[in-house]
Amino acid sequence: MIAVFKREFNSYFINLSGYVFIGVIWLFSGIFSTVFNFMYQYSNYEYVLGNLTTVLMLIVPILTMRSIAEDKRTKTDMLLYSLPLSATEVVMGKYLAMLGVWGVACLGMGLTPIVIGMFGEVNFTSAYGALLGFFLLGGALIAVCTFVSSLTENQLIAAIGGIASSLGLYLLGSLVGMLPASAIASLVCFIAVAAALTAIVYYLTRNYIITGAVGVLTVAPLVIVYLINSAIFESAFPKTVEYLALFDRYNNFLGGIFDVGAVVYYISFAVFFIFLTVQSFDKRRWS
Amino acid sequence: MIKVRNLTKNYGNHLAVKGISFDIEPGKIYGLLGPNGAGKSTTMNILTGCLAATSGEVKVDGHDIFEDPIEAKKHIGYLPEQPPVYGEMTPREYLSFVAEAKGVPFEKSLRHVKEVMQLTQIYDVRNRLIKNLSKGYRQRVGIAQAMIGEPDVIILDEPTVGLDPAQIIEIRNLIRKLGRIKTVIISSHILAEISAVCDHVIIISHGNIVANDTLEHLEAEASRNNALIIKIKGEKEKAQKLIGGVKGVLSAEYAEENGIVTATVQFEEGADIREDIFNIFAEAKTPILDMHSNESTLEDIFLELAYGNDERNASFEIPAISDEEEETEEEAVHAKKKAEKEEDDYKPLFSSSDDEEGDE
Repeated sequence: MIAVFKREFNSYFINLSGYVFIGVIWLFSGIFSTVFNFMYQYSNYEYVLGNLTTVLMLIVPILTMRSIAEDKRTKTDMLLYSLPLSATEVVMGKYLAMLGVWGVACLGMGLTPIVIGMFGEVNFTSAYGALLGFFLLGGALIAVCTFVSSLTENQLIAAIGGIASSLGLYLLGSLVGMLPASAIASLVCFIAVAAALTAIVYYLTRNYIITGAVGVLTVAPLVIVYLINSAIFESAFPKTVEYLALFDRYNNFLGGIFDVGAVVYYISFAVFFIFLTVQSFDKRRWS
Repeated sequence: MIKVRNLTKNYGNHLAVKGISFDIEPGKIYGLLGPNGAGKSTTMNILTGCLAATSGEVKVDGHDIFEDPIEAKKHIGYLPEQPPVYGEMTPREYLSFVAEAKGVPFEKSLRHVKEVMQLTQIYDVRNRLIKNLSKGYRQRVGIAQAMIGEPDVIILDEPTVGLDPAQIIEIRNLIRKLGRIKTVIISSHILAEISAVCDHVIIISHGNIVANDTLEHLEAEASRNNALIIKIKGEKEKAQKLIGGVKGVLSAEYAEENGIVTATVQFEEGADIREDIFNIFAEAKTPILDMHSNESTLEDIFLELAYGNDERNASFEIPAISDEEEETEEEAVHAKKKAEKEEDDYKPLFSSSDDEEGDE
């Protein structure tokens, strides 16, 4: 894993994409901080981070697009498969390398509150708490986009898919209010999600038996629970969507609260998508 | 070393490998020979853990490649069809990465990487970017990668495809060198390639193993089918009578055209009937216009086994080579001579249009 990590981490700085990623995020951090902190004279670095989430959403896919798609295209994945490493080690190595690049970017951004502090009062705890939250949000987003990259061998598709996924997660929060809250509507929505999941499983495995099993196992419990007690489904879907709204979780950090729940949430979100990426990476050996 | 049992691989409805079994013994060079699309690469990918099998068993040094892949892969170095190299790295960086990934201890790794680079003759280009190297060098970096970590078995999938003749000879010499210290498996669709370096040949056709034997045995088998072709001026009946009287003749076929009889004569192994034939025809005052032997070579055997299968409906059996049949001394000498000859003249006889240069 360490070997893969080192190689990947270095590769981001050999082919410039690491520099570009860090440069762009620093550029926007600088612009926002100039506007909010120095022109409008707010002492909260959190505001800058809150606005940077939009930039993050667009730039993380640029970092992650190569991660697995490129290996597939150049056939270097054959090397990774034949090395005595497990798929988890390979994917973790790659993920940690991207997290490393992202970490470098965050460390650099960590200088801004100090600079602001030279000119006024800064709540450093709140600022660095928000920065840590920002790092974790980025970590979760990197995991999602890495998974997207593992589905294709075309970097462009990986980038567009990544941006689409990030945008989806970003808009999820504002979507909640528009969703129907009745029990039957929730059931229908859940079944639609189950169908989409089944379709993804089919795309990954091309196996009717597994696909069928996933379809039945996701839809049947929903229907059974609904028939037994439909009250559970009352506004259940909007709540679930609210739960998945990655970016909305970040709002607490902006208010100066270090939200431990959100920290756990981001880490589990990342772990879940790394798990999916490992499956997707390993699955290619079966096709 | 490697045990393969009933290995099957389906791609959807297409059966790429149909229940093959074979053993790889240590210290030999094995050649996996077969036309394009025969299942060579699929088999190799499965052996090295790059591809999962539909069913069957592969054991590397007692470790199952599917159950215990990490242990099994430690014994294998693999060069896939396309060298899996990172263009933005130099050979030295790349090999150091592979060494670390294969768990070579750091203090050993520097020397080990240097040794491998010297053996594969890439030491001079160690600090150039791999993407700027020629195909031959990239291939050698790929082979060096397979050698890192001193695996017991080195598997090379079509190691010479797309190289120029000088590079091919260099790579072959390298494989021979490797064969002295390791077990090597190479695949190719070119017979000359295999017969130049391998001790043991496994011929694959349409996902089946059609021959699995040493090169000597296959050569001996080939020479057993030798025939003498004679063109005689005269009638068929007369020729038949005369040839029938020669000692050592097993069977003969005759064709007559414009007063010239062409006889294809099968004779006993090791016998030389040319002199007798000449004498008999001279006595009968029947002129022989042409006489030459039609030597069936390894190539014919390969063609028959690998391509002839279609017409024979897959129920084809390998010409049985049993242990009772003793090899005559002459035959062994003959086989050796032919092997030497084969080595000298390299002809890509079966190269087809899709073994292109492999440039991106």
